[in-house]
Amino acid sequence: MGYIFRRLLATLPVMAVVAIVVFLLIHLSPGDPAALIAGDLATEDDIKQLREALGLNQPIWQQFMIWIGRLATGDLGTSIFTQVPVTTLLGQRVEPTASIALVTMLITIAVAIPLGTLAAHRSGTWIDRLVMVFAVLAFSVPAFLVGYLLIYGFAIRLPWFPVQGYVKFSEGFGPWLNSIVLPCVNLALVYIALVTRMTRATVLEVLHQDYIRTARAKGLGVLPVLLHALRNAAIPIATTVGMGIALLIGGVVVTETVFAIPGVGRLVVDSVQRHDYPVIQSVLLISAGVYVLINLLIDLSYRLFDPRIQY
Amino acid sequence: MKRRTLAAVAASCALSLATLSPGAFAQAPAKTLRMVAHADLKILDPTFTTAYISRNFGYMVYDTLFSQDANGKPQPQMVEKFSESADHKQWTFTLRPGLKFSDGTDVTTADVIASLQRWTSRDSLGRAMVARGVEWKAVDARTFTMSLNQPFNMVLDALAKPSGYPAFILPERLAKMPTTSPISEVLGSGPYIFKRDEWVPGNKTVFVRNPQYVPREEAPSGLAGSKKSSLDRVEWLYLPDANSAVAALQRGEVDYIESLAPDYVAPVRANKDIKVGSGGSYQAFLVMNQLHPPFNNIKARQAFQMAVDQEKFLAAMGFPADMRMAYCHTFFICGSPNDTAAGSQAWAKPDLAKAKALLAESGYKGEKVVILTPTDITYHNGSALMAAQTLRSIGMNVDTQSMDWASVSARRAKRDAPAAGGWNVYVTVAGEFDVNSPITNAYLSPACGNSLPGWPCDEELDKLRTAWLQSANADERKQRLDAFQTRAFEAVPYINAGQYSMPYAARANLKGLDKLWGGMPLAWMLDK
Repeated sequence: MGYIFRRLLATLPVMAVVAIVVFLLIHLSPGDPAALIAGDLATEDDIKQLREALGLNQPIWQQFMIWIGRLATGDLGTSIFTQVPVTTLLGQRVEPTASIALVTMLITIAVAIPLGTLAAHRSGTWIDRLVMVFAVLAFSVPAFLVGYLLIYGFAIRLPWFPVQGYVKFSEGFGPWLNSIVLPCVNLALVYIALVTRMTRATVLEVLHQDYIRTARAKGLGVLPVLLHALRNAAIPIATTVGMGIALLIGGVVVTETVFAIPGVGRLVVDSVQRHDYPVIQSVLLISAGVYVLINLLIDLSYRLFDPRIQY
Repeated sequence: MKRRTLAAVAASCALSLATLSPGAFAQAPAKTLRMVAHADLKILDPTFTTAYISRNFGYMVYDTLFSQDANGKPQPQMVEKFSESADHKQWTFTLRPGLKFSDGTDVTTADVIASLQRWTSRDSLGRAMVARGVEWKAVDARTFTMSLNQPFNMVLDALAKPSGYPAFILPERLAKMPTTSPISEVLGSGPYIFKRDEWVPGNKTVFVRNPQYVPREEAPSGLAGSKKSSLDRVEWLYLPDANSAVAALQRGEVDYIESLAPDYVAPVRANKDIKVGSGGSYQAFLVMNQLHPPFNNIKARQAFQMAVDQEKFLAAMGFPADMRMAYCHTFFICGSPNDTAAGSQAWAKPDLAKAKALLAESGYKGEKVVILTPTDITYHNGSALMAAQTLRSIGMNVDTQSMDWASVSARRAKRDAPAAGGWNVYVTVAGEFDVNSPITNAYLSPACGNSLPGWPCDEELDKLRTAWLQSANADERKQRLDAFQTRAFEAVPYINAGQYSMPYAARANLKGLDKLWGGMPLAWMLDK
């Protein structure tokens, strides 16, 4: 518990640095949200008045203090374009992003760990080479291209899944799953490639250890040996999977764009393009917090695989 | 056996997923129109911004006193009857009986007057009325008067203005809110109700039919007539990826793409289930900074204009041959009521030799010309790169500076010298209603001392504009329009880089597309 408390405490300076850097980066980059809101035909006076109304004419340090002050009271602010609270915008985006992250990682774990273990077990054979060729391909082909191919194959030629859009879980498990199959497969390919390679490398290393040779000499079957090896190879794999979840929670812009999924990634990109300061600042800060927390969870998970680890 | 069981489970899972398709779309009402909008709706106040997506939103939920019909003629909309005095200074308007906002409250003259006051503070035609001392007075809940201190023969044109800032009627309490920032509440008396609870900015905007809407009896025409909708629900989807939008249309997940990316026109035309048409007319603009050299010199602006080949600009922007004009001779939309060729003859054909001579006359000394080049909007990028090529072809020293459109919007407002963070040229486009007269054209309407990026100033044009506004009859107005355009070609406040139509695509079963007008997605015209 003490370790968890210390780690949580250590996130505070990290979050403070993130808040300052994000704020400065956004405000120092060129672009004026007031000009965008007012439209192409607005006069300079219209834009000036709007800038004043939005408080964008105040010195940067003053704007920063106002933002931090609100943040301290739990107020993430309001989008300067839509006038919708950032919490509402985030609330709309969290479910699609979390759904996709979860299902993508389930597919990844279900496919990549057996595949990587098999490749390690059959190291040097055609099976190993086939798995590695698949991993290289899945890792190298751009996500948008795979997305287009999936749409063409499984939404147009075989009309099994929708091209675009997200259906909420509350509208039914079937429609929900149906709406995210293609984006999740699209994303999972990259993670399958990554985790497969990681699993193969770590399991292969463990399979060469003396205790595995001893286990085999004692007549243990293939499956128990592989499961035993897998547990000892689990820490790097768990780290890779955890990092994958953290990246997916941050949003995956290309896949969200291709499949028109209203996720966190698109929210950030849309806000950056429009210089919607309150949204960018708050979402990036929360994403950073989630990233730090997932890192902590990964560290804690190590004890599950290796009880010798003490914090 | 275990392996067989596993295979059977996997097969049944795949089958059940496949039979769920198309999931999201099976539960919706029968009469739902799903449209891929040209942009994401961000601002819900069409009285605040001139963004077309907000204007289109306005026509879904609000109504206007007058509206233009398909011939461009103002027709009464919320107004039942009106009259004007013999000296054209006193007007009386009576609202149709039974008009209600979507919450069931009556539309009264107090709402109308507050809305018109808000509108006159922002719109160019509204300001022209303010300059003529406009005053509004309520007679009763349905009748109000308008008085002017001098005649203005564009009153109905102003009240029926279709774009820029249309004179939408809001409840008084909203109309009286400060005009310095957008209103976030939506309450109108138009044909649809905005479903705020289903609005996902960046993804989806939903409307349902307004049961309180009182349609006119006349058939719909342009923005006028009945707006009684046969659709129960309208969804505007924002699909930022053009390929996915086309795939969704092919698949039948959406009915209509309001603005089809030009490079998808040819492949989509090959699909018999989809029809492709052209929406409203647009013109491409080349805007020059007239505060700094070289374009503070009229000869340099004329040199640029002389070198422009409209056909090349539109091809670079990606529009197919049948959706672009080889040459449009007017600043006011070819084919519109204000179409005129006056003053255009000398500039009709690009002539690089003449352009170089004009540039030499301007005294151009090889200063760097900064072109703001947006990279995130394909057609703007094509136009900016063509502008760079055109200027290079007459010997100018060009510096294309790449940035996103948000940065262009901010940078173009800077009055600094180009070397100090300012600029020389940027490109934009505008729809027909924001181009088609000396007062609605944003780049021709501001007088000297204006704050429009580019800061054009020509006193002769200012006099001619005022004269045009004061024309007593149609013949005089036409004559003065010709004089205005002739001078505009000489003074070059901006350059018309060509006229094109915006392509749209729709499922073949969507009816009423031929009735759409002005490139606006008027949902009440459509049925399926």
